[in-house]
Order: sequence, then structure tokens, then C-alpha cells
Amino acid sequence: MSYCKQDGKDRIIFVTKEDHEAPSKAELIADDPNDPYEEQGLILPNGDINWNCPCLGGMASGPCGSQFKEAFSCFHYSKEEVKGSECIDHFSSMQECMQKYPDLYPQEEENASQTESSSVPGSDNSAMLSENDSSPSAALDSVSPTDNQTLSSS
Amino acid sequence: MLTSRAVCRKLAPLIRTSSTVCRQNVRRAGLNNARIPACVPAAHMSTGPLGGGGDNLKYALLVGAAFVGGITYAVITLKGDQRRYETRLSEISTRRQRSATPVQTEPPAVEATTTEAVSEPKLEAAPSPEEPRPPPEVAAAPSETSPQPPAADSTPAPPQLPSHAPYLLIGGGTASFAAARSIRARDPGAKVLIVTDEPDLPYMRPPLSKELWFSDDPSVTETLRFKQWNGKERSIYFQPPSFYIDPEHLTGAENGGVAVLVNKKVVHMDVRGNKVKLDDGTEISYEKCLIATGGVPRNLQVIERAGEEVMKRTSLFRKIEDFKSLENVSRKAESITIIGGGFLGSELACALGRKAAESGLEVVQMFPEKGNMGKVLPEYLSNWTTEKVKKEGVKVITEALVKSVSYRDDKLEIQLKDGRLVKTDHIVAAVGLEPNVDLAKSAGLEVDSDFGGYRVNAELQARSNIWVAGDAACFYDIRLGRRRVEHHDHAVVSGRLAGENMTGASKPYWHQSMFWSDLGPDVGYEAIGIVDSSLPTVGVFAKATAKDTPKAATEKSGTGIRSESETEDTAASPVASAAPAPAVENKDEYGKGVIFYLRDKVVVGIILWNVFNRMPIARKIIKDGEEHADLNEVAKLFNIHED
Repeated sequence: MSYCKQDGKDRIIFVTKEDHEAPSKAELIADDPNDPYEEQGLILPNGDINWNCPCLGGMASGPCGSQFKEAFSCFHYSKEEVKGSECIDHFSSMQECMQKYPDLYPQEEENASQTESSSVPGSDNSAMLSENDSSPSAALDSVSPTDNQTLSSS
Repeated sequence: MLTSRAVCRKLAPLIRTSSTVCRQNVRRAGLNNARIPACVPAAHMSTGPLGGGGDNLKYALLVGAAFVGGITYAVITLKGDQRRYETRLSEISTRRQRSATPVQTEPPAVEATTTEAVSEPKLEAAPSPEEPRPPPEVAAAPSETSPQPPAADSTPAPPQLPSHAPYLLIGGGTASFAAARSIRARDPGAKVLIVTDEPDLPYMRPPLSKELWFSDDPSVTETLRFKQWNGKERSIYFQPPSFYIDPEHLTGAENGGVAVLVNKKVVHMDVRGNKVKLDDGTEISYEKCLIATGGVPRNLQVIERAGEEVMKRTSLFRKIEDFKSLENVSRKAESITIIGGGFLGSELACALGRKAAESGLEVVQMFPEKGNMGKVLPEYLSNWTTEKVKKEGVKVITEALVKSVSYRDDKLEIQLKDGRLVKTDHIVAAVGLEPNVDLAKSAGLEVDSDFGGYRVNAELQARSNIWVAGDAACFYDIRLGRRRVEHHDHAVVSGRLAGENMTGASKPYWHQSMFWSDLGPDVGYEAIGIVDSSLPTVGVFAKATAKDTPKAATEKSGTGIRSESETEDTAASPVASAAPAPAVENKDEYGKGVIFYLRDKVVVGIILWNVFNRMPIARKIIKDGEEHADLNEVAKLFNIHED
């Protein structure tokens, strides 16, 4: 059984698992997925790529940022049957650039950049964060707990 | 002048009457003459104490001569002042050129003393009153008068520094780096110049008081890499040096980039001219500027007054060099005392306490509050936490007010106001941060009197083209009101927001930043919003199992630092644990739970106590800003009994 006590202005409630089993009666306000103030995910409501998404880590801002942006944009807007098939040149120039900075883009990163092409932010994170710690993605937002997914009303 | 005017005012009616009398009686000229000189300086006021015609002439001559004499004197004085001012200015500039570039690698204890030295050079550097702005050389002066060796520049040859940077970021910490990244992401080909007075590239500070101390690597002070609990290693630097481009190449870089100018301090900001001046005289113009100067650790006045021997054995803690120096001390000293019971003090105490287990080092922590984190946690929780800190091997002295510190018999003696005496070898002062607003005067920016720091609006803007982020920014939070936050995640969030706004976004501070603290491997919490122990709180607790420690949280989510797991957290809820939590005992065990901080019945702050990966829910509750009748119902949203 839960019990409650008061310590001056502070209230303390101890609860058992059973007490918390009933669904919550607290009401939360529905979120607006298009709220311009909110942090956006990888793809903005208008379909553009959010280059500032924490999930991308330093990919769009590093020395190979422009090559990465070109390659990924090409892929994102590609309407071909095999998505991104016309973007090979962009991807190879991106890889060329990345090879010049091995401590920024370790060679295993090639796998990660292809995983990105599937443009699923969740898998991106796990791919980039768990694979190689010195990869740029792990750099800033790995210690920044700011989540890149807005909590939509569930 | 004034007195004569007052006198004349009083005399004027007298004179008027007398003049009428005089006109009737010319023989009274002598009397009038006697009165006339009194009114000469304010002759314009009176109706003309006219005596005879001859007297008129004398009077006119006197006035004329005095007038000419006065004008001549004024011109001579002004010219002399101007000459003096110009020679002064040229002397100062040559003086600055002759002195070497200050290398700010001295220990912070010395830095504390240089702040006192500032007041002296300020007096001598101050030019004549014509100077409209206060002497910008003030900041440069300490570099000349401070007791550091006039070492050569850290760079071998004087580099061609850029004279213009489209994006200029003053300060090279977390907020600045986050802004740089944001700018580069949004403005293709952006050229970003970071100017920092530290010798290091941008790095993150939290590991300096936590993870770096738990490293098994003896060379950790050199590598600054730390092993996370799942075995993965990373550096405290945000990016390796190859990420950045050389400042000399910034202007010519085809795709732009981020360049960092180390060991350079911005001493003057010309807002009208859109340019700044560095301590070596270089001027850099900008289009958009970010001030992310952070702050300087505070020290106790009793220590600053205690003399050289005490100051030598006292350290402040903020930068990499502070970590290196304290790590060195911890290996040699027998006893270290930490003054301060907040985040930094408690974390350092726990870190040193753990190290002390092997070395036999005595770790003492003292503070004026009744318990650790006394200003953050409600009293019951603060007391519980203090017991945990003691278990980490720390001698905690609560309600301790330092009266004096002296050096005797090769030991520091700390005398407390209640009579207790503590003998120790070294003191670490963790008593707060003084936000760095050195540029406020020259830039004409507003400084907040309640919270300190530069006053900026909800979009972090101080003036057109000038933004402030991080510890130094006192900003308007739409939900929670005006505040200044000194946490890592806030630096990231505000830096990123400033970068967005510098590239045209015009977004207000909306995504609420969070913070976290670990006190040993068994107690950790994450918090968001206004977490002030003076607010009424409602805490909802379950009993902690072995699963509910920071260590367990990282092992489960398979990531490194606990805070990393936030970014992995997708909209899907975490997998519920199989084992049910045991029933609550009657003993007050605050193992895990949720604490709500209320202001006018609205939740403005939440602490997740040993409960992890729930920050998005907490953020949502604060964002809503609703009055909830039953906070237990709100607590249900957190599933505190699950993992």
C-alpha cells in the first residue's frame, strides 16, 4: 500500500508497483508535429532534410560536409527505381573526401554511410553510435542528451 | 560660479533699486562701482547696474578682459589634455606590441590574483576624460602585470590571422562548438572562426569531474580519453584537430570550415563597427557574432585574503589544466578538502573519495548547507545523498562556514565559524561560477543584475548580429521565465539555437535542456527545468533494486555515457523489465522515483531519481505547463517500477 508523508513544504509518496498499474489519469496536451519551435527529426515537415539533426552528428558540418550534403540530398530526392542509383558520383566523391580524414571518418564508417541511405533515424543512431566511438556522430550529441525525436502524443 | 550667481540673484533687486537711485545721483558712482564687480560674472542677468558713463567703459573693459582670458585658458587646457591623451594612447599601444602575447597556461590560483591586479593597471591605463568608452586596455593590462612568464607565442611564426570572419564565435567551449556545428549545417560553405583564450580546442567539461577520474589508464592526464562503462573509449575533445581548418586558410577555404584561434582573448568589441580587437591588437570584423565566454570559477574571500602560501595550495576547477593539476595533487597530498556542496564539489568529492580507497588519501568536503546538493534537492533527499557521499569515503562536514584559512607547520588550517578546525594539505574551492561579461562595457551590452551574465531575449539575441549562449547568457525562457543556466546540455541547446538564429531561424528557446549528476556508481539522477530546493516539492518513490543504478542503465542500453542513450531513445518505449520490483518497505529508502518542483501549482522542474531514459516525458510535462491535481497520476507516466 502506498503511503504519504509531509516534510515541511515537501510531500513524499511511496508507491508500490500495483498502485501504479492503473493507467494514468493525467492529461497531456496533444503535440503539434509541425510546431516550428520544436526540435525536428531528420526529415522536416516540408520534406526537406534537417541538416542540423543531432542524429547526423558532425557529418554535415565537417570538412566533407558539402560532399555529404550533396550525396545525401541526391539520394533523398531520387525518384529512380533503385533509389539513389544516379548518385554514385556524389557518394564516391564523398568517400574520397572522407578517406583524407581517417581519424574523423574511420574506414568502417563506409558501412555507416550506407546505412544512412536508408534514412531511418533510429537505425542511424545505433549504427553510428555503437560502431565507432571516434566517429563524428558520437562527438557532440553523444553527451548531449537532447533527443532528436519529438515526443508526439501517444 | 554658482555662488557668485546666487549672490548676484540676491543682489540684483538691490542693484536695480540702487541704479535708479544712482541715476538720480551721479555722485553715488563710488558706491555703484563697489557693487558692480560682484555682478560682473553674471552681468547678463541684471538689468544693468549702470553707473556713470566712465564706469560703464571700465566695466565693459573688465568684462571683456575676463571673457577673453577665460576662453584662452579653456583652449589651452583642452589642447594640453588632447596632447596628453594622444601620447598616452600611443605609449600604451607600443607597450602592448612590445610585450609578448599572454599565454594563459598559469594555474587558476594565479588567475584569481590577477583579477586583483586589474584594478591597478586600470587606473594607470585610463586615458583622460575625453575617452568616451572606458579603457579597452584594461583586459590587456593584466596580461602585462600578471606574474606569468612572458613566453613566446604558442605558434612558431606569427600567422596571418583573418581580418574578417563572417561568423565570429567568442569563446571556445561547448556552446561555441554547438553553434559552429549548427551554422555549418545550415549555411553551406560557412566560414566560422572561434576565438578562445584557452590553449585547447573545444572539449566537454563533465568528464573532468567524473569519468576521467574513474579511468584506469595512468596516462589519462595526457590522453584525456576515458573508458565508458561498456568499455568504449572516447576523447573529451568534441572533434580531433583534423576537423578544424587553420585560421590562415579560413578566408580562402572553398567550402568554408571551422577555425579555432587558441590563446587569444577578445578584449574590445566595437558594435557599431562590427569588429572586435584581440589582446595582441589584431582586429577582426564580423557579420554575425556569438558571445560564449562562459565564466570563471569564484573563490572564497577568506582564501584570497589568506596570503601566498594558502593561495598556492588552493585550486579552482573548470579547465583541463585544473584537472591535470588536481590529479597531480591527489597523488601527493595526504588530505584534500573541497569547499562547496553543489554539483562540482560533490562530484569531485566522490571521485576523489573513490581514488582515496586505494591511496589512503583523506577527502574532506565542507559546505554551509545541511546536506549535499542542499540548494537543489529537498531536505530529506539531500540528507540521504549526504549519507551516500560519506559511503564513497568522503568526510562530510555540513553547516560549515569558513572563518579563516592559514598556513602553519606545512599544513593548511581551516578555521570554521563554529570553532571547528580542519587541517589539510590542499583546498579545492567549488563555490560557484562568475559569468564572464568583460565585453559588456566596450560593446555596450546589458548585464543582468539578478542572475548575472549578458541579458538577451528569448531568441538569445543581445543586439542585431550579436547573440549570447551558454553559461554567460541570461535569457528569457518562454515557459519558465528569465534565467541563466550553467549546465552542459544547456550549452549545447543554447549554442545550437544561437547558431540556428545566426543563420536566420528566429526561433526562441523552447527545447528544454536537462542536466544530470552521478554521485558514485549507485546514485544518479537526471533533471530538467527549475530545480530549486526552496520550491515546494512532491516526490513519488519506489524502492530501488540492483537494476536501478546509472551503471545498469548504460549496460542495458549498450551505449557509453548514460546521457548518450537519450539520443538513441526513439518514440518507442523501452522494453519493460521482466523482474517485478519488490514491495516497498517501511524504511525510508529513496531508491528511485520522480520529484516534481512546483511553482504556483505548476510543475516547473522534475528530477528523475535513479530512473533513466524518461527525459522526453519530463520535458513534455514541463512544456505543457499545466496544473495537475494529482501528481501521483503524473508520476505513473514514468513507470518508475520498470527499468
